Amino acid sequence: MNNQFELPGSYKKWTWGLIVAGVLALLYGFIMLHPFSAPAHGHGGEHSGSTRFWAVLLQNSVYWLLVVNASMFFICVTTMAMGGWQVALRRVPEAISSVVPVLGIITFIVLMAIIWGGRTDIYHWLDKEAVANDKILNGKSGFLNPTFYTIWSAIAIVLWWLLGRKMRSLSLESDKNGPMDYETGKKWIYKNTVWASLYTVFFGLTVASTIPWLWVMSIDAHWYSTMFSWYTFASTFVSGMALVALFIIYLKNQNQLEYVTEEHLHDVGKFMFAFSVFWTYLWFSQYMLIWYSNQPEETKYFVERIGTAERSGPYKGIFFFNLIVNFLCPLLILMKRNAKRNWTLITFMAILIIFGHWIDMYQMVMPGTLGAHAEMMPFEFGIGALFIGVIMWGVGQYLTRHSLLARNHPFLKESMIHHT
Amino acid sequence: MPFANSPKLKNMAGGIKKFIVGSFDDEKVLFPAVKNVRRAGYKIHDVYTPFPVHGLDHAMGLRETSLHTAGFIYAITGTTTALTFMSWVFTKDWPLNIGGKPHFALPAWIPITFELTVLFSAVGMVLTFCYLCQLSPFVKKHHFHPRATDDLFVMAIECTEKTNESEVKQFLEKSGAQEINVQVAETGWWIGRYDREQKLYREEKGY
Repeated sequence: MNNQFELPGSYKKWTWGLIVAGVLALLYGFIMLHPFSAPAHGHGGEHSGSTRFWAVLLQNSVYWLLVVNASMFFICVTTMAMGGWQVALRRVPEAISSVVPVLGIITFIVLMAIIWGGRTDIYHWLDKEAVANDKILNGKSGFLNPTFYTIWSAIAIVLWWLLGRKMRSLSLESDKNGPMDYETGKKWIYKNTVWASLYTVFFGLTVASTIPWLWVMSIDAHWYSTMFSWYTFASTFVSGMALVALFIIYLKNQNQLEYVTEEHLHDVGKFMFAFSVFWTYLWFSQYMLIWYSNQPEETKYFVERIGTAERSGPYKGIFFFNLIVNFLCPLLILMKRNAKRNWTLITFMAILIIFGHWIDMYQMVMPGTLGAHAEMMPFEFGIGALFIGVIMWGVGQYLTRHSLLARNHPFLKESMIHHT
Repeated sequence: MPFANSPKLKNMAGGIKKFIVGSFDDEKVLFPAVKNVRRAGYKIHDVYTPFPVHGLDHAMGLRETSLHTAGFIYAITGTTTALTFMSWVFTKDWPLNIGGKPHFALPAWIPITFELTVLFSAVGMVLTFCYLCQLSPFVKKHHFHPRATDDLFVMAIECTEKTNESEVKQFLEKSGAQEINVQVAETGWWIGRYDREQKLYREEKGY
């Protein structure tokens, strides 16, 4: 395939449409929600506008950053596992992961505004007086303090970007020369494996452990769960695979990716199915460990969401809606082999999964910040649209600049004759 | 079928048929051969391979298996069994106060429900698979070539009244078969020793 892929007009129209809608929502937020007014004490009330602004930005920036970052994790683990099947579609997750620096900068600005703007309504542990008089928060202050938060967030985002860029440049370099001979190919694969391992180890230290604790779990500063980071990882990884599926199907509809067939779609569908079940396993385990071990102080997280037997909480609907959209639907719809090989059904399920986990992140952020005053209005959807628009823009840039086929990858043949 | 009603063969499950058997030593030769044989209109009884060959089922035109549908049914049977049994035990039959938890303690039952779902579906599918393949201890089936379990790909073509033997043999030879022979074999299973099949043939006239 020598013809460089060009973005059709409708893609550009949608990209800029979503970005404009998002910027309008952002402007609405700046004007109507007074984001720089002092945080109201306690949970919101009439003055919760500024809290809402930062909570929504936090939810969206963290969610979408982790979703695009999941693409690079997918590339790295398949590289380490010597997986050949993904080579035909490899440029798609590469393109998605190229958005990490853009969303990383946005996320970093949002986090810094929250931390150094003293948003105690988002992170209770920013309140120095409260921490001094609070035994639990005092004990956590070595981890939950603005300096460590800033440094570790910066290191995390920069290393995701740099290690990911190294993986992408290795892949792009291989396009320049002709097919590799055995020795060159072996060295190249080894080099890929080393960088993929470095990325994966760092991914484990950040996404699969510290970063969700810092960015999301510390909203409920008194509460902790060892399941939380894995839960966040599962949530964003399954959405990341859904995003990869969407772009594959889109490019396939544009007559690109000629070697990607139903067989590859089937494997991507398997990832969507399996990690939906994995997410549910963590969703349930997090609840059950607390329920079973009789720790009343740990029930706070769930009381804020589903409430108690006497009084149901404001997020009860969303909490169980989550289970239907993110577990029951993928389980029952994607279970059959034919469903995973059906382009239309995978498109539908991918959108459903991305939306479902966006809602999941919503119910992770909102109860501890806005309490009963959270809303689901055009502003919330508008900010979501802004991030989708930015992702579409970034992915479009990568797809139009580079060949859509890693044509000299030593495993390309394996991918072309892939049979599921 | 000359001995379809033969009293001595009544305890054999299938029937006796005549086959032309071609053995191939390479997967790459086997695939085009299977396609050619099917295109020529010959009836493939089965292809025996030393290991699972990807895509051979499609080449042979076999329908998709329904084994996974059976698996799903076994799984939901397991789910229902676990949930109904536990709720009966803990709410009706023998309610116990465990750590002040409600009698209907659904979260505590989920792991067991999951295990029983997996157990039912796994055991059920293994047994169904054995039934479909007619596999069981002491049950014997005809072997077309002993090396089918080692390094040969063995294709058995069923002869009908219209089949011209020498034509099929020539066809197989052209397709790259290493060994070609004609076998008369029991298509079903029997209980007993392998040589029972041969003894039964010898007692019949005509073969």
